Amino acid sequence: MAKLSATVYSSHVPAIGAAIDTGRQQEPYWRPLFAGYEPSKLWMREHTPDVIFLVYNDHATAFSLKMIPTFAIGCASEFAPADEGWGPRPVPLIKGHPELASHIAHSVIQDDFDLTIVNEMEVDHGLTVPLSLMFGQPKAWPCSVIPFLVNVVQYPVPSGLRCFNLGRAIRKAIELYDRPLNVQVWGTGGMSHQLQGPRAGLINRAWDTAFLDQLITNPKALARKPHIEYITEAGSEGIELVMWLIARGAMSEAAPKVAHRFYHVPASNTAVGHLILEETQ
Amino acid sequence: MSLDKPYKHVPGTTIFDTEQARLGYHLNQFCMSLMKAENRKRFLADERSYLNEWPMSEEQKQAVLKRDLNRCIALGGNIYFLAKIGATDGRSFQYMAASMTGMTQDDYAKMMAGGGRARGSELPNGEKA
Repeated sequence: MAKLSATVYSSHVPAIGAAIDTGRQQEPYWRPLFAGYEPSKLWMREHTPDVIFLVYNDHATAFSLKMIPTFAIGCASEFAPADEGWGPRPVPLIKGHPELASHIAHSVIQDDFDLTIVNEMEVDHGLTVPLSLMFGQPKAWPCSVIPFLVNVVQYPVPSGLRCFNLGRAIRKAIELYDRPLNVQVWGTGGMSHQLQGPRAGLINRAWDTAFLDQLITNPKALARKPHIEYITEAGSEGIELVMWLIARGAMSEAAPKVAHRFYHVPASNTAVGHLILEETQ
Repeated sequence: MSLDKPYKHVPGTTIFDTEQARLGYHLNQFCMSLMKAENRKRFLADERSYLNEWPMSEEQKQAVLKRDLNRCIALGGNIYFLAKIGATDGRSFQYMAASMTGMTQDDYAKMMAGGGRARGSELPNGEKA
């Protein structure tokens, strides 16, 4: 039986990828951020899963406005890093897990979540930056990755509660898979940031801190938070944080072990939040 | 009865909803075309002619030519799409963000390094962030 062993949460700011790719990690601006992920890289070495189910959003890369799936699952055997306007990031090809991805799609659709199945796709910084933060710069990624995309670009985006319940359906699907795979679910994006209009640059450390606390201890209540609160308190792009609730919803009811917690302002225009939660059951 | 859109009242913020997306479809798809190097080159060589290939409103074309991102957003643009214009110009995202706030890039960068724009702080138009 496959088993969910841990969940990881991280921002996916594109400038972080650029800093890694151009060797600027030791610059004073970037050093504190990367120092915060050093314990995570050590943890990853001890806890490399077979498959990462990686929840993120496309940033006008694979999906334009031609088609806007609310939830999409990547079922291909590989995914190339996309050219987002500066050439593709120099990171390894992402190996998918078509068998588990198809199995999860089947199970989750039967549980009333209408997923779009994607069989050919390039992946953007939303997926590759968290991998770089957690694994550094390996020649090949040490495990398979199932990309799972959520529309958080065109409003209305799915509610926190729907995301949380989707996470529960994903957990059920993982547990129904009859091969002994170690699976992690990652939720990415956020934390507070606003990239548009006269209010650009908004950061809300107090709100982010409370979000992290509640994600650990009371995610069911957190899932009830309305969209308007994300927008007013965490900025228009802070809405990405609903994706973290998919990962949290995939965990058991038992209180998780907090293996690592980190928060840093700023990375470019964004507050960076990061958590590693291990299953205790 | 009408749809509830409480986000319409958030200061200094335009939420890219289905209504904005309808207004900005061709503007955003024009931006998407700049993902290709050959299109970036053609656009920079003759911006007006390139824009004329798209069924955009004259107002939208003028906003792009002026690089007025706030106007582009008001006319249905989405920032992730509009960012491709900045990338074509060789500008950083922080440059683009600063241009929407009425601050210099330097002042904007200092604000971010100092912890970002505080909730409730005053915006250029006197509203509270």
